[in-house]
Amino acid sequence: MEEVVRLGVQKTRKLYIGGSFNRSESGRSRPVYQAGGKKFLANVCLASRKDLRDAVQAARKALTAWRAKTAYNRGQILYRMAEMMESRRSELETELAQATGMKENEAREETSMAIDRVIYYAGWCDKIVQVVGNANPVAAPYFNFTIPEPVGVVGVVCPNENPLLSFISLVIPIVAGGNSTVCLASEKYPTVAVCLAEIFATSDLPGGVINILTGNRSELLGPMASHMDVNALALAGISLEEEKEAQMAAAENVKRVRVYRENKSTPWTSLAWENIDVIADYMELKTVWHPIGS
Amino acid sequence: MGRKTKTLAKTERQTKLKKVSSAEPSHQIIQFGKIWPYAPAPESTKIVNIQPRYELFINGKFVPPRSGQYFDVINPANEQKLCEVAEAGEADVDAAVRAARQAYEKIWRKMPGKERAKYIFRIARILQERSREFAVLETINNGKPIRETRDFDVPMSAAHFFYYAGWADKLNYLIPGREVAPLGVAGQVIPWNFPLLMAAWKIAPALAAGNTVVLKPAETTPLTALLLAEVIQQAELPPGVVNIVTGAGATGALLVSHPDVDKVAFTGSTAVGKKILRAIAGTGKKATMELGGKAANIVFEDAPLDQAVEGIVNGIYFNQGHVCCAGSRLLVQESVAEIVLRKLMRRMETLIVGDPLDKNTDIGAINSRMQLKKIQELTQVGLQEGAQIYQKRCELPSKGFWYPPTFFTNVAQSSRIVREEIFGPVLTIQTFRTPEEAIEKANNIAYGLSAGVWTEKGSKILKMASQLQAGVVWANTYNKFDPSSPFGGYKESGFGREGGRQGLLDYVKIL
Repeated sequence: MEEVVRLGVQKTRKLYIGGSFNRSESGRSRPVYQAGGKKFLANVCLASRKDLRDAVQAARKALTAWRAKTAYNRGQILYRMAEMMESRRSELETELAQATGMKENEAREETSMAIDRVIYYAGWCDKIVQVVGNANPVAAPYFNFTIPEPVGVVGVVCPNENPLLSFISLVIPIVAGGNSTVCLASEKYPTVAVCLAEIFATSDLPGGVINILTGNRSELLGPMASHMDVNALALAGISLEEEKEAQMAAAENVKRVRVYRENKSTPWTSLAWENIDVIADYMELKTVWHPIGS
Repeated sequence: MGRKTKTLAKTERQTKLKKVSSAEPSHQIIQFGKIWPYAPAPESTKIVNIQPRYELFINGKFVPPRSGQYFDVINPANEQKLCEVAEAGEADVDAAVRAARQAYEKIWRKMPGKERAKYIFRIARILQERSREFAVLETINNGKPIRETRDFDVPMSAAHFFYYAGWADKLNYLIPGREVAPLGVAGQVIPWNFPLLMAAWKIAPALAAGNTVVLKPAETTPLTALLLAEVIQQAELPPGVVNIVTGAGATGALLVSHPDVDKVAFTGSTAVGKKILRAIAGTGKKATMELGGKAANIVFEDAPLDQAVEGIVNGIYFNQGHVCCAGSRLLVQESVAEIVLRKLMRRMETLIVGDPLDKNTDIGAINSRMQLKKIQELTQVGLQEGAQIYQKRCELPSKGFWYPPTFFTNVAQSSRIVREEIFGPVLTIQTFRTPEEAIEKANNIAYGLSAGVWTEKGSKILKMASQLQAGVVWANTYNKFDPSSPFGGYKESGFGREGGRQGLLDYVKIL
């Protein structure tokens, strides 16, 4: 009897919106190929503007409960995300290697760094307020204090370089601060972020806190920057023209916009990305004057 | 958003205030003010010497504008011309930025923090020494009561310089474990409502962090900034560290979009703030935006009501309501709405509107004809929308720009006078039943600068404070400021902070 070669099962790559995996409402997708450009890897959804709006709505809905969680609890959930990444790290490594063509050991190293970076930020959740905020010695009988609060819904545009590590370096500190996000995955290597979505979906992360879209930046950056229910933008891997256009559109509701450019001294693999800066970039400062008296 | 507004509007109709009754019968209250009226107590203006013409302050000297243009500056309380002031054009702004750049590269950034600190301390001290002069000049130029300039604007300005001076040699304590560096040249554009104080808020942290400055005061109120330039000369601050260019919006636009300006700091309207953000898009300039507001001042039934009424009055009528963080929306719990309104009307009758130089005056002149028109237009809109108006009965001077303390009832969350910043002594009054409804109404607005909460219950204060989308929350007080206390907005009220450690962070980069 002739031996039957088992046919592999290909996975449909979907958008991650509000905790569920959907195809684009537009029904559009595009094929992506393994590094080298010949071998078919997957059909990846091309998110539409409607998908973006749905993702913003999901992020807004998730925000209330996420920011209301205790900082300790958010830290626990981030740590759980790292645990799930660790247990499913072979998937991440495979996706990374297939998509980018990096060597096995390089993929392993990037995955390790990504997991460690999530742990790093998990530990920040219940310390941010102490480091960014403080009491103020006002010259009047008031207990006056300044504390950071999450800015709200943050739109994140991820670059192509180190698609796993750069995604983690931007998105995790933003959610550590209590924000919810709508992330546009690396345009060139979207499958890595889709894999992450599948891992996050099996962690304790509430649906809607991290929403992940795959698609064309040229279609989605504009609507993201002008969306009136997006409070801030984290932009990486974009051109100077895109930066300008995004900032022009963002002015309409005075979004907080940060543009992150990696340079030779700070590649995404650098430990320079492990600090409080990105967390603090997406915190609002609230000052309260509480009376002192009888 | 749209749907939410409609639902609120409906609730509003159900909980509409009963028709406002007039003040309590007079036999219950002895109004001493009517028996013994206040005698005039005018502050002497002798201490101020207003020159016929003011030049630009560039590189430590007063220089005539290359533009050759001057504009008139008036006293808004009597419309008399005070002087003419140089209008900086492109070449002037460029000269000022070049002076600032040179001072930055050659002197200020290299100077040890200890020495920078001493210069800033000097400015603080000289301001204190010349405080009366500043107070009188500010009142003449701005129209705000002398009591406010004397007791608030000037001492608070000096306090800001004093506070930030001490930071100049302690920048390594700004962020734990991190080194910081100045940004370079700061282009700063300030409004007319607190002319000297806004200059202090802008200049003091910038200098402490090691930046140099080009400041553009508002077109109607440049005089105290120019007097500050004299103080800066007396303090022997190195030439070019602070430059002051006067002019209107066009001058401001030239300054913020100058390619050699590294940091833009703006205080003013949200509309202009958005224009600036678009103008500097893609340039990599850092920005601080302190924009408009429409703050909710929330009074609960368990509040100390007399104190709350003082807070309502201070919240909206302080500085003629020309305050970005003014408590312009009173949200009062339904159960005490009637009594609070009655107390408010009674208190309004005792407010003295008139000569800003009189030490008894509570409410001075509106800063400009343009602003007066805007207030009048928006109150007209309120009337057209069916709101019920109440204005203090008082005589207003025939010359100058004046508007009586005013409030509106019968307004909806969707009313324009509830949603738009009026920037005048006009209050809107809404009611609520539950804390959740108060939060919903307070937050359902594009702005998020400040809020007030009045209750005797401390835990309620902190609960409300945590849910209000506002950069500053005052509990059982309003319009309090301190150099150590960060001030700034959420949402369309801008970003960045002024005051405190956080205010300094906006003038440095982290290495």
